[in-house]
Amino acid sequence: MFAQILIDGFAISALYALGAVGFSLMFGVSGVLNLAHGATMVVAAVTAWVVAGQFAANSWLAAIAGTAAGIITAFATYFLVVRPIQRSRSVPAAEKEIFVLTGTLLWGIMIQEAVAYFYTDNPKTVRPLITGVMQIGGVRTPTNELLIAVICWAVIGLLWLLVNRSKAGKVLLAASINPRALTILGFELSRVYLMVWAIYGVLAGIAGVLLATFLGASSAQASQLTASAFSIVVLGGLGSVAGSLLAAYVVGYLETATAYLISPVYRTIPALILLVVVVYVRPRGLLGRR
Amino acid sequence: MNARSFLMAALASLLAGVSQADTKEPIKIGVISEESAIAGAGISKAAQVAADEINAAGGIDGRKLELVLYDDHSSAADAVRAFQRAVSQDKVVAVVGTYITEVALALMPWAARSHVPFITTGAASTEISRHVHDDYDKNKYTFHAHTTSVGAADSICNSVKELLQPKYSIKTGVVLSEDAAWTTPLDAEYLECLPKIGVKVLDHIRFSADTSDFTPIYNKIEAEKPDVIFTGLSHVGVQPTVQWAQQQVPIPMVGYSSQATSGTFWKDTNGAAAGVITFAVAAQGADLTPKSKPFVDAFVKRFGDAPPYAGFTTYDTIYFLTEAIKRAGSTDGDKLVTALEKTDYTGTIGRIEFNGRDAEFTHAMKYGPEFVRGIMLQWQDGRQITLWPKSAPQTKVMFPAFTHLQHP
Repeated sequence: MFAQILIDGFAISALYALGAVGFSLMFGVSGVLNLAHGATMVVAAVTAWVVAGQFAANSWLAAIAGTAAGIITAFATYFLVVRPIQRSRSVPAAEKEIFVLTGTLLWGIMIQEAVAYFYTDNPKTVRPLITGVMQIGGVRTPTNELLIAVICWAVIGLLWLLVNRSKAGKVLLAASINPRALTILGFELSRVYLMVWAIYGVLAGIAGVLLATFLGASSAQASQLTASAFSIVVLGGLGSVAGSLLAAYVVGYLETATAYLISPVYRTIPALILLVVVVYVRPRGLLGRR
Repeated sequence: MNARSFLMAALASLLAGVSQADTKEPIKIGVISEESAIAGAGISKAAQVAADEINAAGGIDGRKLELVLYDDHSSAADAVRAFQRAVSQDKVVAVVGTYITEVALALMPWAARSHVPFITTGAASTEISRHVHDDYDKNKYTFHAHTTSVGAADSICNSVKELLQPKYSIKTGVVLSEDAAWTTPLDAEYLECLPKIGVKVLDHIRFSADTSDFTPIYNKIEAEKPDVIFTGLSHVGVQPTVQWAQQQVPIPMVGYSSQATSGTFWKDTNGAAAGVITFAVAAQGADLTPKSKPFVDAFVKRFGDAPPYAGFTTYDTIYFLTEAIKRAGSTDGDKLVTALEKTDYTGTIGRIEFNGRDAEFTHAMKYGPEFVRGIMLQWQDGRQITLWPKSAPQTKVMFPAFTHLQHP
């Protein structure tokens, strides 16, 4: 049982981490809480499903198409919703954040309804990238589950390299710390934002596709996916990527342990209680800066 | 087109509509469905197929049948608003629809208040007919044109006895159902009828319909070592099936997996459906009556995919409702109820008659081999193969290689 929880929780948590990291990065760098996050993941998942089914493509090609759809959706969110609000003269500066929040929320609902309209709200699943099962410590584990954990960590690792080892990444970091200073140094903030939306699209796209190969994704889940990323990010500390990773594992293991030890019906409850407690006791989150 | 000519055109078409209505007023039927669910979308589509056929054949005594379609977004509140609008504004004479028991139960009181017959074509719980039975004078306006969960469980038990027991001698099972109104009577009947066919129920698991990870559930079931998992799934279906196949849970799934009755289920699960056995009131290829195949063909031709179960029942419902309107010679609600109670119509799902006032399930369809008792089908190589009550001569039951029930 213990090994089971350990293995099962690891894959789920890795997926949560990948989903939340982009969300967190976005907030850290550009101050945008993208409430169309779940819808973006669902678009990626459904696109992968459509490409795999309609065009009889293999799983990898479908995964690439799904990720591309994630990037396109992210840019659409930025250009159609977020940037017009940020640049609008009729929205007072103090209210921009709440407008972006509302805008992305409504945009997410529109995407969700459109997906439901064209492809129903039935969950879609993409054929696993690798089929078959293997025994790990006596636990029969689908090989795909392992692969998902590996891909998630590889992508997160690449992101870490990008942020900490490349010039572009340093610009991102700087933008999250002091955007005004960055503009004084001659960097174009709008290009930084473009980059962060592109990275976000890749992360959300991959997370969506992996979700579709693992648990399946449906348009009806969009708001739940946003809520899950949101609570992980709040738990970890807004804008702290390391905090999000930690929180993803706390939530993932808490849920899995609850499902095994108590009942699958109560799966999400302890994590939500923890969230409430953290917000009370340590409002900046586990690893939050302020 | 400039604004003026557009206005003129609009006015002209409006006038044309009015003059047409003057000559022969259509009879309106409201259809409330769930357009983003496969079963729900099948309701409105099948109703359109039936209405077009009826109108092509002359309508109802020369009057056209007109459908007014509403999407309830799987919400009881939206469905109630649609019902109110259908009755007060659109002046429908009857309402057909919904595959969700909770929604059907919410509409019953409105049918009672407005004296407008309401026929649910996809819901399954016996709660619906129990309300009609317990307060007939008030609730007699509701009819239930889909097999009840109790009937479904009986068909599942009977088919297991006839189909699987001789070959595999199943001794134990676990009942696995989503927590919803329709599975309460289903599970109760499972617990009653399974022991009668020699299957001991080791565990009875109900899970929340928003579950996405089924691993813990399957692990628990596997530890109990049952021969078969008896299912009650409708709001979920793709996810438990895909995870069952991916995790290679060695126990076959037999029972009622409502999404698996839809023709797109193979595609939705990427073939993980292989070996799943489910009850359905009807499906493509079962050809229960001479009317089944022509309907499936017409539906496929028009919409591309085969009709889901609620499509079959809705298609039949529009027909027997039309007959009832003719019989009643009126669109008065009370007269329609009396006429509907006299329904004896053989449609695509079998012979439809409704239980009377004194029967246990008032206004539910009569259940049995001479009436409607549904089918059992299995997904094999991308196709739904009908196993029961009668199958093609060469048909075999086939379970995936990872399950422990193999060919003896």
